[in-house]
Amino acid sequence: MRLEANKLRFRYDRRSPWVLDGVDFSVSAGERTAIVAPSGFGKSTLALLLAGYLSPTGGQVLLDGAPLPKKGLCPVQLIYQHPERAINPRWRLQQVLEESGSLDSAVLASFGIEEQWLDRFPRELSGGELQRFCVARALMSGAPFLICDEISTMLDVITQAQIWNRILAEAEKRGMGLVAVTHNMALAKRVCTSVFDLEKQEYMAL
Amino acid sequence: MNEKKPLLEISDLSVSFLMYDGSLERSSLQVISNLSLTVHPGEILAVAGSSGSGKSLLASAILGILPGNASVEGAMRYGGEPLTPERQKVLRGGEIALVPQSVAYLDPLMKVGRQADGHKKPRPTAERRALFRRFGLPEETEGLYPFQLSGGMARRVLVSTALLSNARLVIADEPTPGMSLDQAKEALRMFRDLADEGRSVILITHDIDLAFDFADRVAVFYAGTTVETAPAADFRRGPEALRHPYSRALWSALPQNGFTPIDGFQPYAGSLPAGCLFAPRCPLRTAACEAGTPPMRDIRGGEVRCIHAT
Repeated sequence: MRLEANKLRFRYDRRSPWVLDGVDFSVSAGERTAIVAPSGFGKSTLALLLAGYLSPTGGQVLLDGAPLPKKGLCPVQLIYQHPERAINPRWRLQQVLEESGSLDSAVLASFGIEEQWLDRFPRELSGGELQRFCVARALMSGAPFLICDEISTMLDVITQAQIWNRILAEAEKRGMGLVAVTHNMALAKRVCTSVFDLEKQEYMAL
Repeated sequence: MNEKKPLLEISDLSVSFLMYDGSLERSSLQVISNLSLTVHPGEILAVAGSSGSGKSLLASAILGILPGNASVEGAMRYGGEPLTPERQKVLRGGEIALVPQSVAYLDPLMKVGRQADGHKKPRPTAERRALFRRFGLPEETEGLYPFQLSGGMARRVLVSTALLSNARLVIADEPTPGMSLDQAKEALRMFRDLADEGRSVILITHDIDLAFDFADRVAVFYAGTTVETAPAADFRRGPEALRHPYSRALWSALPQNGFTPIDGFQPYAGSLPAGCLFAPRCPLRTAACEAGTPPMRDIRGGEVRCIHAT
């Protein structure tokens, strides 16, 4: 499978400057690509477009040559930097996880989610704990592509390593395609197989 | 290490929240316990540690902006005098400045240039423009509203706001996420300049590899207390120079140093283990660790809360 952006353009309205202007990018199943660029170059916008949260102003996002489905579970799942903004604050965490399938205690344990957390509300857990739920929710959906937008910048480095090792194990097992937006080159080298520089629009050596 | 009188001294600080448990039963949840720390003039103290270990709450406690259901125990002294709620009210925003953790702290209805100027008169416009330039923010940024900025840009505006104040103590709560490496280094260099002028900076951060390069000392937090305070040079040297097993675990989990996490999680504030808070995850654990909270001990020019440290 292959997820690609063709001559992707985006701006918020007709008087705004282009956030992205003709971006060509692709990632195949089994590949893990880091997207790097200084802040303000549209990395997060590209992530939102690839996962179908935004519609492009020009160009296309294609999955195996076809546009992303408008209904049902999106085969491209996005994990945000801020888990507290990606979870309904009025749902208990069990309900949050059940959005993407039935719970399996072995799976929960592998993400480091404790059974007693399931009865809690999101505000009762720390950012690192909530991010585990966001990662579990995205991976449990079975989607073949995962976009990770700065998912570990707000976490301590031990939690960061725990969460990424879990994602890498799952991505390897299922041959998933992965896009990671990050500023941390040391992290990119650990988790990715290639690096795309959005400012220069070219792939860089790792 | 520092002969000068400390600017801020915190000893045995505890913070707890009064909560209702579904019914009308009230219970108290202790989120910071027995925390001690000092900050000297001219120094950057980095605060590193687990997500949810009480780092941001410490900032709120110093500024006196904890929510109403929080209760604070222990002693805080600023400039040699007790830091009372009345003094906190006078000092915050003036002598003590905060770089807040969330970019949502920017006023959404105010252009960011004026926002960074604040209420100061005369307006520090020229100084602010120089600062924005140094941060690589384009000229037109000052006329934009917060929603028009990217995460990294908003973050740089927040940092500028604190740098423009004449604070003696700057508390920066996660100032660098979303910034590129160069921008983050530039921000930390500016904090370094502030400290070199004799002011003090508390730098709360997860970018610990950067903090090791710019800070003077590093305090490592775990489950609401300090487990080690050590010169930053020890963290640059590596795990054998560190004292607490959790500090060593942080070092080894950095992507450039192995990326190997230890198992398990920080205990939840409501169900802390007896004795050492790190014992359930600790490779050095013995029966003695569960006997009681280990005291802070001075070892090799740093402080550590571990009975096995040498």
